[in-house]
Formats: sequence, structure tokens, C-alpha cells
Amino acid sequence: MSDAPREAPTSGGMPAPVLVTGIAGNLGRALAKLLHGETAVVGVDRRPFARGPKDIPHHQVDIRKAKVEEVFRQHRIAALIHLGIMHDPRMPRSEAHSFNVIGTHKILELCVRHGVKKVVVLSSANVYGPRPDNSNFLPEEAPLMAAERFSEMRDLIELDMYAQSFMWKHPEIETVILRPVNIVGPTVRNAPSNFLRLARPLTVLGFDPMVQLIHEEDVCRALVLALRTGLRGVFNVTGPGEVPLSSILRELGRRPVPVPHMLVRPLVRRAFEARLTSFPPEELDHIQYLCVVDGSRFAREAGWSPAHGLRETIRSVLGSPAV
Amino acid sequence: MAGLTDALRERLRAWTLELGGPGTRTRLEKLTPPRNEYGVDPYGLDVEYVVAAIAPLLWLYKRYFRVQLHGADRVPNDGGVLIVSNHSGQLPFDAAMIEVGLLIEKDPPRVVRALVERWVPTLPFVSTFMARCGQIVGTPENCRRLLAAGESLLVFPEGVRGLNKPFRERYRLQTFGLGFMRLALEAGVPVVPCAVVGAEEQAPALLDLKPLARLFGFPAFPITPTILPLPLPARYHIRFGEPMRFAGSADDEDAELERKVREVEGAVRALIERGLSERRSIYL
Repeated sequence: MSDAPREAPTSGGMPAPVLVTGIAGNLGRALAKLLHGETAVVGVDRRPFARGPKDIPHHQVDIRKAKVEEVFRQHRIAALIHLGIMHDPRMPRSEAHSFNVIGTHKILELCVRHGVKKVVVLSSANVYGPRPDNSNFLPEEAPLMAAERFSEMRDLIELDMYAQSFMWKHPEIETVILRPVNIVGPTVRNAPSNFLRLARPLTVLGFDPMVQLIHEEDVCRALVLALRTGLRGVFNVTGPGEVPLSSILRELGRRPVPVPHMLVRPLVRRAFEARLTSFPPEELDHIQYLCVVDGSRFAREAGWSPAHGLRETIRSVLGSPAV
Repeated sequence: MAGLTDALRERLRAWTLELGGPGTRTRLEKLTPPRNEYGVDPYGLDVEYVVAAIAPLLWLYKRYFRVQLHGADRVPNDGGVLIVSNHSGQLPFDAAMIEVGLLIEKDPPRVVRALVERWVPTLPFVSTFMARCGQIVGTPENCRRLLAAGESLLVFPEGVRGLNKPFRERYRLQTFGLGFMRLALEAGVPVVPCAVVGAEEQAPALLDLKPLARLFGFPAFPITPTILPLPLPARYHIRFGEPMRFAGSADDEDAELERKVREVEGAVRALIERGLSERRSIYL
């Protein structure tokens, strides 16, 4: 072994070092900036880690490859934060499935083999799926129905469920699965953020569901909080509250284009197939039906509360590069 | 989106206050549900919206159905409560009239949430209107949560059987489902019986064309003298009974729950009888 593990600053029992997969993404970079001040961080991503903190060793490797085990041997990883999940609807299905599901299996297996004590997996509150008959506040026990209308979500659900079974199979490891609500912020580029950045977003005429948003920095704080000793389980992570979609669009100064619901789906499908938009038609469910969760368990068991208020969180979409 | 422009909202709000009569504004100011900076509670209820949006319903209440409300102060002023009523009239104007009554004539007013069918959120405009007025999909999860938060729910245990019954069956209470009693026991909340007299005569269904109903996927296809959804101007009499408190567990056997449910049925039936006997004329 050429490099000995860094001396880790210990603060209140924070594990060191922490391996972050998917660190090169926008959320990963934000997390790295927050975390490296509190403990030693090691990054893994198949992309290069540009513009990240200089003191984070980065390994550019695909987590499905055998090479990634070298990272565990080299650094004596104490905890894992697994962000390496791909949500790109343009990615070929088989590639996304392979990366997400196989990649997760492999990285978790390595955690067992190398005595990692803490595993934090980033899932999403969207696993419950926006549905017309949803309750207004879905608890963690609610069935994960997102794939019923949107088969692309199968990966994320499979991942979430695999992480759950991993949690039960390995009681010696503290596994935390976080399901944050829609993540927005100045740097993230995901479906909700991209939608809210449009000057004239499509909406479905006559529909105005309650929506939950969370600031990207708050998600990072939640991930760091999840590293806390003793915390394990599945947690919804909510932001500053619920608000109608129309209020969000008004706050951002958008001029929505309401389209009757019979027309909007075929319209978006054509546009998606013609590559005029990156939004698949199934995403329309999110602007018609509820997918709102109860975040009280994380508040109760981990002492979680968001730092950013409601208006601030919504407006954080604005501090971003133009689409 | 069922957005009301500011000017329209003001006009409607003024109309509500006018129809409600003196003291309406003072009473409505006592309503203080949780409101975030965007004017809604966690379920999407917007009280300002409600005050404006109910103006046409209040017109129906005062001028068309000329509702007489009895015993509104038997509904507790706060804390979780289940209001249980008979259901009739092909279209659920009875739900609207009960809610308007408790909002405009009760002092202090209460926002009552009726349970809507699971397909209501698939309807444009209706879905948003219902949410802004506090009506929610009747999932067990929602009901438990709201009752625990001290809110009031309006349930019709007869369901569509009560709503769609033919005219010759009027005022014959259909068998109550047990669900509401389980809910009441689990949440430990009182049940307030309620009876609506008059709704049966708003759309007397002379024929029920079941084959046509099946074709459209409706529970029933009643043929009435008016073209639905325009009801006849029947006089409404709404009567609340004393709150009933039940001891026991939601996990008790059906037989035990049924006993309790029959008690509530009896209370509602008695209120119906009272309303019928006191009624002088149906339409005039």
C-alpha cells in the first residue's frame, strides 16, 4: 500500500474515512464540500471529479469493476454514502439497470467484505409514485408503486428494496436509506429542477397538486446526519413543507402553459420521442397527482429539520445556469 | 388550475358575507387553520379560497334549498369528530349543505372535511376545488391522521347506495358500513349523528336504467324530472344529534362493532323522523 489512510478529524463520532460514490455529480460535489470539513472523504465515480476539494482522493472507476475493491483496501473505508444512481431517462435501459442494480450490489458486498460499519443509500421519495388515490402523507411503510405507471422507476425501487434487504441481512452494519423529496438547488440538474427552470413549463389544465421540495444543501446535511452512530432504517426526508405547484410557479415568475389532460400525454410523448424535450410523458404524473410524504420519523429519530425555509428553497432554483 | 383571479375572489367573498348576513365576517375570522406563507394548510386547504368559492353554494343554501339548520352547537367546537349522516338526492348536495351550514351558521365555525372517492383526483378542476376546500380522499391513513390532528370528518356510511336509491325508497336508511366505527374507536373521537331531510326530493329518481349505468361505468343512472345536475328546490332540514361516545377497540369482532353501528343508525333514523314530522312543505 503506497498511501497510508489520512489522519481523520474526529468530531462527535463521525466515521473516517467516508467513501462517496457518485461524487462527481452536482449533489456529490455539494456533499463533498460539506463533508470534507468534518471528516476524511474518498471519492469514487466513473467521471473525473472536477472542481472538488483538493484534499479528497478521487478514484475514477466504474463501481461494477473489480478495481474498485482497491479503494477499500487502500483507505480502510469506515462508511459509505452511495449516491451513484443514474436517473437519466435517455440512458439505454439495460445500461442504467446494470449500473444501478449491479453496481449497488457490488459496492454493498464490498462493504461487508471490508468491515464497513455504516452504509447510507440515497433513494428518493418518488419511489411511492404520484397516484390519484395516494394518501396525503405517505409513511415509509407505504408500498413503492412508482413502477406501476413508469417502468423506468423499477431500477430505483429495486435498489431501494435491495438496500432494505441488505439492512436486514447485515445487522452488524448500520444501514440508512434516505428518501428525500424533490431536490432543487442552484447546481442540481434533475427532472424537477429542469422543469422549474423552464420559463413556460407545461402544466395539466385543472390540476394543481401539493408538492414537496428540499434544498440540495439540506439533502447533503441529511446525508451527513445519517452517518451518526446508532441511526439505522428507512427514512423519508422532507424539506420545509408542502405547497401547491401553482404557488411554486408563481414564486419563480413562470408563465405556465396549461394543456388539457387528454392532449398533454400524447403531446409530450411525441416531443420526447422527437428529442424536443428530456421529460418522458410519465413525469406528467408528478404535476397532476400527489406524491407527498411524512418526514416525521427522520425528525424524531435523527433530530432532522431543514435549514432552508420554503420561499428560499423554491427560489434556490433561480440561482442556476439558464436552461 | 382552478385559480380565481383576485378581483373575482373579492367579489365572491363579498357575496358570501352578504348572503351570510350580519356577524358572518366576525364568525369567519375565528377560523384559524394552519396556513403557510402560500396560504394553504398541509393538505392544501385554503380558507380564503373557501370563503370565496362557497358563495354559489351559500346562495343555494339560503335561497334555493332554504336550509334550516338545527343543533349545530351539538357539533363540538374543536377536537377530532366524525359527523355521520344519511345520504340522498343522486348528487351530493347534502354534503355541501352540511359543510356550508357548519361554516356560516355555526359559532365558532368549523371546517368539515368530507371524504371523496379515490377517482376524484383524476378530474380536472374538481380535484383542485376539492383540495382547496379541504375535502380529502378517504384513505384510512388520511382519516387517522386528520382525526388525530383534531379535525372534523363528514362520512356517509350508506355510500352511493344512499345517494342513488330510487324515490320509492326515500328516507329508508340503507345499512351502514362498519368502517366509520372502527375509525372512531381507533381515534377515540365522538360520533355526531346528522340527518338531512329534503335532499331525497331534490332529484326524485323515477327510474334507474342499470344497463345504461353499466355502459358508462356509473354506479347508477337515475332518470329524474330535471336534467341532472340541476336539482329541484326542495327545502332542506339538517339536524345534528348529541355526540355519541363509544368505548372499545377497533379490533373488536364485527358483531360488537355492528351493535355500536346500529346505535348510530338508530340516532340518525330518529333525527330523520323528527325532521319529517316537523316538515310543513317539501318545495314551497
